[in-house]
Amino acid sequence: MLEARDLSVSYDHRVAVANVTLSLKQGEITAIIGPNGAGKSTLLRTLNGQLPRTSGNVLLDGEPIERLNRRNISRHIAVVAQEAELRFPVTVLEFVLGGRFAWATHSGWGWETERDLHVAESVLRETELSDLSSRLMNELSGGERQRALMARALATEAAILLLDEPTANLDLSHQATLLSVVRNRCNQQRSAALVVTHDINLAAAFADNILLMKQGRVIHSGSPAEVLRPEILQDVFEIRVLVDAHPVTGGPRVTPVHTDQSV
Amino acid sequence: MITTASEAVASPARRKRVTLRKTIVTCAVMAAALLLAIVLMSLLGSEQLPVRASLCALASFGTSTCGLTQDQFDILFQIRLPRILLAAAVGGSLATAGAGYQALLRNPLAEPYLLGISNGAAVGTMIALVFFGAMEWTRPILAFTGALAATLAVYRLARGRAGATPERLILAGVIVTTFLSSVIVFVTVLMDATRIRSFTFWLLGDLSGTSKALLPVAITIAIAGALALTLNARSLNLLMLGERDAFDLGVEVGRVRIVVFVVASLLVGSSVAASGSVGYVGLVIPHLARLSLGSDNRISIPAAALGGALFVIVADTVARTVIAPRELPVGAITALIGAPLFIYLLRRV
Repeated sequence: MLEARDLSVSYDHRVAVANVTLSLKQGEITAIIGPNGAGKSTLLRTLNGQLPRTSGNVLLDGEPIERLNRRNISRHIAVVAQEAELRFPVTVLEFVLGGRFAWATHSGWGWETERDLHVAESVLRETELSDLSSRLMNELSGGERQRALMARALATEAAILLLDEPTANLDLSHQATLLSVVRNRCNQQRSAALVVTHDINLAAAFADNILLMKQGRVIHSGSPAEVLRPEILQDVFEIRVLVDAHPVTGGPRVTPVHTDQSV
Repeated sequence: MITTASEAVASPARRKRVTLRKTIVTCAVMAAALLLAIVLMSLLGSEQLPVRASLCALASFGTSTCGLTQDQFDILFQIRLPRILLAAAVGGSLATAGAGYQALLRNPLAEPYLLGISNGAAVGTMIALVFFGAMEWTRPILAFTGALAATLAVYRLARGRAGATPERLILAGVIVTTFLSSVIVFVTVLMDATRIRSFTFWLLGDLSGTSKALLPVAITIAIAGALALTLNARSLNLLMLGERDAFDLGVEVGRVRIVVFVVASLLVGSSVAASGSVGYVGLVIPHLARLSLGSDNRISIPAAALGGALFVIVADTVARTVIAPRELPVGAITALIGAPLFIYLLRRV
């Protein structure tokens, strides 16, 4: 669905992403992990066509992304970013309806159709925000706002979801809800998701594939069991880690071992 | 992190979604109010006109004198009505430009006068006055050029490494405003002393020197500009919530930015060329529009355009009647209302 071939990005004379090749497949969740500054968010922004690449190709359903217009891309790729600027009061419903922009018949103008409203209502239910739909965004808690961002991305009906730290502001239960929403989309509507996260155990629990990045390069990729090995993680994060089997899922479980604790 | 400065424009928590129907009804009501204001305000002034005969003459669009004397007829159609129509064009233009800048720059404090864009247009107009005095048509063109240059300067200055914060934008506006003010002083020195007083009034925003040639230009630009920005309102709705997000959702950010900069500069340029720098209209009116109708630009931009026209018509009527037969510059009245509101907004952002 979405492919990157030998992708490199640099700005300010610094290489941010180097020779990354990846492919998102229907029904699969791919997680990107790695230390701060590894180029994870830059990679995500480049896949969406937002940041210019230095070399390589991004293909959307086999078509080079630069040949597609902006609204066409937005009907296929949705992004959930980390922050929203809310200097003007908008309601949750208005905010989520923003996700329908790319489906309007005239760009920049027009009114929401019945179908737009129907989609918005259904994603609000999916993200458990129906009761808050007429509230103002700036009255919500951080977690509720994060879910509204997710709802807006789902409202685009894009088959490819790019998520940048989607669970950063969420409590445990809403982390699970949000990820199961992503999982359902992938299973039922044959979507594909790419998730940038710092939470390695969360990645271990929900991802089909993991890409491990350091200094702009993908240095390991594969299933959670293949990538989340102590020697690899110690090398990348420069901290001792303990990897054992998760008591419930049996998948890998990563625990950092702080040196002052081990003394 | 998430910015919650929107308490600046606090409003009732629950609000119905804006629909085409609501927009049309709102605009029709406001247009009717504007028409009523144009008629009523043309009856007010230092010279008392007979009400019934004046209404009759207005209803006939000036084809019949309805018993008015030639002097009264001329006061109504040659002096008051052009001035009121110019006030409407200027108010509509400035409020529309303000609403456009606010959405694009994601800043409820953005306003052509406060950002120095009016001063840019003023410098352009003055250059036209001093060097091409005989060619009236150069005024709006150079005013537009000045406004566009000032817009780009403020935009570049406001974008710091950490992105454009509201405070940074206002500071950039102060820098551009003060710099251009000194340019204005330099150009003023080049003028002959007899013109300086009318010139000072013009700088403060003054509608008394209504030019017959520029009136149709100002009205055309006001209407076309409001339409052009309204047609990009849905893009602006998303841009208001961040450029990155808007891009992700399918907005051609670069194109919309150019449209808003050019259209807003045209609006500011044509109104400054005609009436000088009328301040705060672009701040007060879009704020009131959002407060009463919500942040959806599809309704708040046309409502601001109509509201701005209404506001400046009323402010100018106050300016020319309150100490009649003397007149105040209309900018003094709008600033008197706008400055306290600006302080209020600044405290809440």
